[in-house]
Amino acid sequence: MKPLRGTFDSRSAKALGDPSLQKALRNFKPLFVAKRAAAVAELPDFERLRDTAAAIKDAVLSELDVWLERYADKVESLGGKVHFARDAAEAREIIREICRKAGARTVCKGKSMVSEEIGLNEVLEEDGYRVVETDLGEYIIQLAKEPPSHIIAPAIHKTREQVADLFEKNHPGRPREESVAGLVNEARHVLRERFFESDVGITGGNFLIAETGTSVIVTNEGNGDLTQTLSRVHVVTSGIERVLPTLDDLSVFLRLLARSATGQDTECYTTLSSGPKRPGDPDGPEEYHVVLVDNGRSKMLSGRFRDMLRCIRCGACMNHCPVYGAVGGHAYGWVYPGPMGSILTPLFNGLAENYDLPNACTLNGRCQAVCPVRIPLTELIRTMRNEQVKAGLMPASQRRMMAAWGWVARQPGLYRALERLGSRMLRLRAGRSGALSSLPGAGAWTEARDLPAPQGPTFIDQWNARGGDQ
Amino acid sequence: MNRELFLHGIRQAIASSPGLRARSALPERPQPPVYGDGRIGQFTDRLEAHACSWEEIETLEALPGRVLAWLDERRIERRMAVAPPLGGLPWPDGVYHHSAPAGIDESVAVSLAFAGIAESGSLAMYSGPDSPITHNYVPEFHLIAIRAEDVCDSQEGVWAKLRARGDMPRALNLIAGPSRTGDVEQTIQLGAHGPRQVHVLLVRAKGGKS
Amino acid sequence: MSHSNRAEPRVGLMATCLMNVFRPNIGFSAADLLRAAGCRVEVPNDQTCCGQPAYSAGDDDAARAMARQLIEQFEAFDYLVSPSGSCIGTVRKYPQLFADDDAWRARAEALAAKAYELLSFLVDVRRIAIDARYQGKATYHDSCSGLRQLGVKRQPRELLSQVEGLEIAEMDDAEVCCGFGGSFCVKYPKISEKMVDDKLKSIAASGADTLLGGDLGCLMNIAGRLRRSGAKVRVWHTAEVLAGRTDGAAIGEEEAR
Repeated sequence: MKPLRGTFDSRSAKALGDPSLQKALRNFKPLFVAKRAAAVAELPDFERLRDTAAAIKDAVLSELDVWLERYADKVESLGGKVHFARDAAEAREIIREICRKAGARTVCKGKSMVSEEIGLNEVLEEDGYRVVETDLGEYIIQLAKEPPSHIIAPAIHKTREQVADLFEKNHPGRPREESVAGLVNEARHVLRERFFESDVGITGGNFLIAETGTSVIVTNEGNGDLTQTLSRVHVVTSGIERVLPTLDDLSVFLRLLARSATGQDTECYTTLSSGPKRPGDPDGPEEYHVVLVDNGRSKMLSGRFRDMLRCIRCGACMNHCPVYGAVGGHAYGWVYPGPMGSILTPLFNGLAENYDLPNACTLNGRCQAVCPVRIPLTELIRTMRNEQVKAGLMPASQRRMMAAWGWVARQPGLYRALERLGSRMLRLRAGRSGALSSLPGAGAWTEARDLPAPQGPTFIDQWNARGGDQ
Repeated sequence: MNRELFLHGIRQAIASSPGLRARSALPERPQPPVYGDGRIGQFTDRLEAHACSWEEIETLEALPGRVLAWLDERRIERRMAVAPPLGGLPWPDGVYHHSAPAGIDESVAVSLAFAGIAESGSLAMYSGPDSPITHNYVPEFHLIAIRAEDVCDSQEGVWAKLRARGDMPRALNLIAGPSRTGDVEQTIQLGAHGPRQVHVLLVRAKGGKS
Repeated sequence: MSHSNRAEPRVGLMATCLMNVFRPNIGFSAADLLRAAGCRVEVPNDQTCCGQPAYSAGDDDAARAMARQLIEQFEAFDYLVSPSGSCIGTVRKYPQLFADDDAWRARAEALAAKAYELLSFLVDVRRIAIDARYQGKATYHDSCSGLRQLGVKRQPRELLSQVEGLEIAEMDDAEVCCGFGGSFCVKYPKISEKMVDDKLKSIAASGADTLLGGDLGCLMNIAGRLRRSGAKVRVWHTAEVLAGRTDGAAIGEEEAR
């Protein structure tokens, strides 16, 4: 997917002024947070599972080449084909070639963040395929020609009325549905035809199991299963970091994933796929391909952001992020919103181009506190700022201010004098009112709030005047 | 890209990372839950939590009668896709059933689960000649028989069963309740793409015809 | 806690930049409470800033320079205590700044190990009996740094439960950021405004007439927005209430009520 137009500021301003988005964000916030908390409370082992999951990921990452090789060998022994894509362009070419060889007309897709990351839909549509997103949320935003605004609830910003409008426009000959049930049912009927026409089915891979050569997807709708079962060719797109050693390791992650994502104890459907249809199988795809995508991940492996490769894309970080809660996903400008996006997007698309993402964060730490694989997100966001500083990206005005303040802060006498002066001026301006409603140079503060005025001389001056600890 | 070159890039990245040169060991995993005598109770509790209905039957031979009663109560037509091992059961005349993959208008499927998972109330479906995958997802109503003895405590129990069998099926589908979506205004709606209702028939007797 | 057994531990009180300029009452309250907890309190006159703004901005060089200065000023004390979770959170991170410098890292680790946020110090390290009265119904905002970096949650509530006349009414989302975030609130003012408005709604829904917290930055943000919106909720740092120094104007309040 191409990054969205505009800047973080312009996109977030738009989001703050969008009443239906704000309504959606209000509805969803307590839901996800409360449900996760309840689900976690019911599983006494949860904290230990988090430790274990993080340790499994760390162990796999330290021998990633070995596990990928074992996984690929096993897939091929089952008659599947494993492709290796160094970057997004290579991944797109591999999948285009698979579709071409299959003589495909209709391509159905289950939800896959990697396919969004590599911008797959655009090229397949250019090639003339009918590309159909089948996750209901993804389908809605495909009709709206918008990117996902949340990784597990992509159409969270759409109201029922907006969905009804989209369906009315895109499903000619059907009466307009207004209720949620009616809309879901309409999508069921329309998409069912697409599933049965599908030539190539593309899904993500939540996990890849080296032991058995298996790709795993979890869904609630069953769309991924219909996609991969009814298509002649099944293509799994997955990042290289998704491999796990054994089925027992998988269980650790499955216990964490649904609880962290939606507050369910398990998703409705967990499907383990191993190779293509076998002799005697009544259904299933004739071809099974896995496209392993690097796209900058091996570079992350050797740098300061390696912990990000533990990510299982559950969305808990954004569900708990108050900035995401204020502006939603589109403000972040690309595929991955919220805290995870504030790290991934600069890494994938450039530190300078995404300067705002790690900065538009209060470092409140709530994301890090809920991450099922204990990614130190807040630390990494700060580290990203450090990388930006080292790359000379801090705006000149801020850099000058920081340098001046840094110098003064190392001259205690001068620092004291300036604090004294500031205190006196603010008190003079405030009088006995206790606060200032405007202050030259502090407009960003006083636009929305008063500035409480200093109570009196500085603490240190008063302390010294009273003779210290007496 | 060439596999060797691709893996070489990863090896180099690992080699150039001070934090990764020491390969870390896989950790010990927490023990999965064990329910003992409470296993079936836990299983049926979780089925209900996931909006499945369920009933007990004494033997697999009782299945056709109970399936038809369930359908009749809901005024659902007696036409269905039936898993091959269940096709030979004593289905009365006038019931249309077939064992081919589910077609686009398939309304009802009757399947036999490979295993159950008490921890999560999931049913594990083992794809192959005896269990078409489409039966699990295409119909609106899915009736699944499971032998009580095949209910495991946890997923790990299912993995052990698979390892004992020696192979993975092409598809192992773990099903926990009817299909659902919350994608329109976060309102949970059942029957998004897959079945709207899942009814479980828990077979008490050991063995039985299969 | 070998030091805590000594008769009168020497505590260096870190006067945070905001407290020093805007709210000296918090500093005197902290000193009262520390003395009541049997400590000798000193305020190093050369202290300036812990370096948090630089650290948060990712300017590690500037943060390191300030860390060295603060380590030198406070390492001789038995404890470093400050009425701010975020400033102490910064001190606790100093060792990370000296990953490549063994000598300074050792000094940073030694200081981080004896650096405490005031309210948790008064519960976890020193025992103190509170003798204060406050007539009102208060709700408590858990400032993020204190809560998630230092685990400050139960300690202020334990202490406040001893204040005569004070009723605590917990609000929803007490643990959700108020939108201050240091320079965040001026770099992204509109988002910050939305976040502080959410906080105001939670405060209003709690029915409290008083807001308490442990970090002045958050309290100035909330108090400033409360005042702008015309709400009559009074805002105090928890230390002020615990020390019984609530005769004057609350944060952002007109003098001589």
